[in-house]
Amino acid sequence: MKFAAVCGSGLGSSFMIEMNINSVLSELEVNGVEVSHYDMGSASPDLADVFFVGGDLANSARHLGEVVVLNSIIDMDELREKVKSVCTEKGLI
Amino acid sequence: MSGLLHLLIDIASQPAILVSLIAILGLVLQKKPTSDIVRGGIKTFVGFLVVTAGASIIVASLEPFGEMFQYAFNVQGIVPNNEAIVAVALTEFGTATALIMLAGMAFNIVIARLTKFKYIYLTGHATLYMACLIGVILTTIGMNMPMMILVGGLALGLANTIFPAIAQPFTKQITKNDSVALGHSGNFGYAFSGLIGKYVGNKERSTEDIKFPQWLSFLRDSTVSITITMGIVYVIVTLFAGNEFVTENLSGGINYIVYALQQAGTFAAGVFVILAGVRLILNEIVPAFKGISTKLVPNAIPALDCPIVFPYAPNAVLIGFLSSFVGGIVSLFIMVFSGGIIVIPGVVPHFFCGATAGVFGNATGGARGAVIGSFLHGILISFMPIFLMPVLGSLGYQGSTFSDTDYGIVGFLMGKLADAGGQVAVIIGVVAVAVVLFILSFMGKNKTVETAPKNKVAT
Repeated sequence: MKFAAVCGSGLGSSFMIEMNINSVLSELEVNGVEVSHYDMGSASPDLADVFFVGGDLANSARHLGEVVVLNSIIDMDELREKVKSVCTEKGLI
Repeated sequence: MSGLLHLLIDIASQPAILVSLIAILGLVLQKKPTSDIVRGGIKTFVGFLVVTAGASIIVASLEPFGEMFQYAFNVQGIVPNNEAIVAVALTEFGTATALIMLAGMAFNIVIARLTKFKYIYLTGHATLYMACLIGVILTTIGMNMPMMILVGGLALGLANTIFPAIAQPFTKQITKNDSVALGHSGNFGYAFSGLIGKYVGNKERSTEDIKFPQWLSFLRDSTVSITITMGIVYVIVTLFAGNEFVTENLSGGINYIVYALQQAGTFAAGVFVILAGVRLILNEIVPAFKGISTKLVPNAIPALDCPIVFPYAPNAVLIGFLSSFVGGIVSLFIMVFSGGIIVIPGVVPHFFCGATAGVFGNATGGARGAVIGSFLHGILISFMPIFLMPVLGSLGYQGSTFSDTDYGIVGFLMGKLADAGGQVAVIIGVVAVAVVLFILSFMGKNKTVETAPKNKVAT
């Protein structure tokens, strides 16, 4: 199972989201999920099963397949809730 | 024995090996399994070499550009792009950069632990680039390595505390909480824009109330926006230089327009490669820094990259970018008419920094604040490279330069100190800033000590 965080430059924010996803996954005791980060230009649908992006990039990310949109990329509660629901949906919890 | 020691120091001073040692240190401190340590160390090592490769791509694109520009207009033209200038700088100043970055992160933790300014700067690439700027300046004024690491590291730690702090009054208004800060190399510009918005804007009429065309968001893709803007710039320059000059001296016979477009794409390709390399370098270092600082600094406030504020005002993002870019073009015309170096508007800084300036301007002054704040920001970052040139030494002639406001502030201040009294003045200046920061912090701390007994009595 692969998750990916995507942002505009592929450096700061997507990396931060990746670190936060990893935090949440270890909180939920979910193993076997590979998390990476990309910039919008390098991201393609085959790179991950689920993509996490900030609200302002939602329109540009539609071609990536399954996309989870975050209203705030610094809100851990929102991320936790959304990661949990994806994990439940994929049968990881 | 001293021969072996010398050899070891030589190896460790290779920047690629140095950054990988820093990553390995971070992984070891987090008690990661050996396989993670080996993998992380190697990827960081290779990452640095990727950046070096990206640097040669950039140079291959900027050199002919510089020649065409000089021939066409008789002045030097520079393209501000952090990735480009840092990659080129790292080929010569890599060791200093890596060590100053390590020292800077250490000082950041120390300052956050000891003062009331709890900001931990987690935007790795901004730290790397600022470390590079400081390394270049201190090397150019002749400081020796051990002193550079100490002084440069302290300066970096101070910068990474102060810049988030000056933006915080405005950041709080945007994120509606005080447990997150903005850590980006444009913070001065954002605080400036926020201030402008407060005085000239109308908070009630926000940018988000305006219906804005969404197709412009394709510009969010850096590779696309860099290729388009550089394409336009290169073609204009090549038209002025003329087919004959280009085919005879630069393109080996290829038509000048075709050549120009190819070179523009090469620039974008170089930035793409550099970003990939920077990602690899920071992949282990940033989580390690985050882990260690969380343990050592309770109530740490993470200072994060500028896009954290974008979701709060997506229209302000686009308006800020466009307004800042217009500021850049207006500045270009001013420079053309006054003679001297021409600073081409860099699409990346006008995008990321202009957009953030827009969000800050909107927070305090609505749409008017966003437009005016970003426009002035655009002018600021266009003229700033001119002030930065003297302190960069030979690096100032590579065709590119640092693009965000904070580099300008740090560079300008260090440059002025160096002019006034060389290395000694710089050292005194940096230490003085540290002292002032500690004093400000203790003034604040005394307040809480006074109120605490009252609270205890109340319960």
